[in-house]
Amino acid sequence: MSLALLRRGGVYVFLSVATFLSVFPFYWMAVGSTNQSPDIVRGKLGFGSNLLVNFQHLMTQVDLPRVFGNSFLIAVVSTVLTLVISSLAGYGFEMFRSRIRERIFQLLLLLLSIPFAALMVPLFVMISRAQLNNTFTAVILPGIASIFIVFYFRQATKAFPRELRDAARVDGLKEWQIFLFVYMPTMRSTYAAATIIIFMNAWNNYLWPLIVLQTPDNKTITLVISTLTAAYTPDYGVILLATVLATAPTLVIFFVLQRQFVQGMLGAVK
Amino acid sequence: MAQTRLDRSEQINGWAFVMPALVLLGLFMIYPIIWSLWMSFQVGRGANFSFGGLANIQRLANDALLIKALTNTTIFFFIQVPIMIVLALLLAVALNDPTLKFRGLFRTALFLPCVTSLIAYSSLFKSMFSTDGIINQALLTLHVIGSPIPWLTDPFWSRVVIITAITWRWTGYNMIFYLAALQNVDKSIYEAARIDGIPAWARFTRITIPMLKPVILFTTILSTIGTLQLFDEVNNITQGGPGNATLTLSMYIYNLTFRMMPSFGYSATVSWVIVVIVAILSFIQFMIARDRRRAT
Repeated sequence: MSLALLRRGGVYVFLSVATFLSVFPFYWMAVGSTNQSPDIVRGKLGFGSNLLVNFQHLMTQVDLPRVFGNSFLIAVVSTVLTLVISSLAGYGFEMFRSRIRERIFQLLLLLLSIPFAALMVPLFVMISRAQLNNTFTAVILPGIASIFIVFYFRQATKAFPRELRDAARVDGLKEWQIFLFVYMPTMRSTYAAATIIIFMNAWNNYLWPLIVLQTPDNKTITLVISTLTAAYTPDYGVILLATVLATAPTLVIFFVLQRQFVQGMLGAVK
Repeated sequence: MAQTRLDRSEQINGWAFVMPALVLLGLFMIYPIIWSLWMSFQVGRGANFSFGGLANIQRLANDALLIKALTNTTIFFFIQVPIMIVLALLLAVALNDPTLKFRGLFRTALFLPCVTSLIAYSSLFKSMFSTDGIINQALLTLHVIGSPIPWLTDPFWSRVVIITAITWRWTGYNMIFYLAALQNVDKSIYEAARIDGIPAWARFTRITIPMLKPVILFTTILSTIGTLQLFDEVNNITQGGPGNATLTLSMYIYNLTFRMMPSFGYSATVSWVIVVIVAILSFIQFMIARDRRRAT
């Protein structure tokens, strides 16, 4: 009995330590945003009174509304387009079967494991030749057709009741009308989960925007944080404040839609 | 006649739904991959090419930096991925106990790191691991170390920082996969094992791990791709340094293309090294999966 109790205690200690390690950097980020850089580098653990000064410094170095506007615009447009294109394809692959499309789908799954690093050089040359350098179009366009999201929608479509489609056909609806008025409303929760994942990825994207976007006016918040961090003497008060601001939207989404969030992360695995 | 017209309309609709995605994927994925294969036989500055035959491939063999990047990537993979997967498994098993108190709280807290962007948490870690920083102070106070560790300026310790950072960010993510899989495992198996007097550790290695093998395989593949992609963290925490101790493949390609003396042809060749590695790993994974299917 006492051994079981001991083991039970061990589990709680293990989980508590892991929880502390998981959460501490968030506390560190919040505390840091209120402190001066030298204090942060020296590991000050309490809240300070430098928040407004950090904010002023951040505002003088960065056009904050503009940068956030850029991040939001890119994330929202990416999300809407990816949802439309990828859900259409997921629906098409699952509902209209043919041998050749099945082959194509298998080929896509194979391509899923090709890392972005292998694509970025030719993509950059393509974008340059199309004179799309330093545009949001160049940031958004290559990511719209996401194999992962297509796969996610195809898996989810397997649970879509065929009777709904058959009934809609009998009623004389065209295929696109069935998709728009029957499929999309039925699959709301799938769309919600996918929205979170795509938005997060677009919001946090770094490497491709780093390559494509050059002028300060077009930078996103992730690029700005990276530039601030790479400075010769980084001002950590300002940097941590910026990370608080950049993390806030995703944290809010996480706490409000936790169930869909986790479902989206698990994605197509089920 | 009516039948074939129906078939044809099925065909047309099928293509219509998938076509936008296929066109985009063809343009922004398949075409670039094929094109980069062609580029890898070209030499010259920037985007000005001339045919160089196998010159780039010869250059690969003598490229000390490439070897360095490959070595680093391999080190990160073989140390970081097992640590993370074991931790995630233990956490998932601990959280799977329905009698555990504060279960939801623990789960949420452990999942929280996944919410941060790679850049944001990299900046956090860089500030925490400065020489006078909070980590060194904590370790000094606990008497784990006698003098501050030069986390970001020593080749060995900078790798430790990168591995720690990645483990922090992704353990909860993997844990969620294992938790979901554990919830599908039949509880009566554990009950039977417990009645038979099989100790907890043996239940973990003999029941839990075999049951979760497919998910573990899946997360390992995700981690493999993730390791090959590794860029954001090293670029922000260490810039690949000190002395290229944390240079990764993705970062090397980025440097070849946009820093150093840009040579797109050679960058494309290095990109294809990654494609080949991925192909080999996918093949191995495919063989393992097939063996498993045969065995059962």
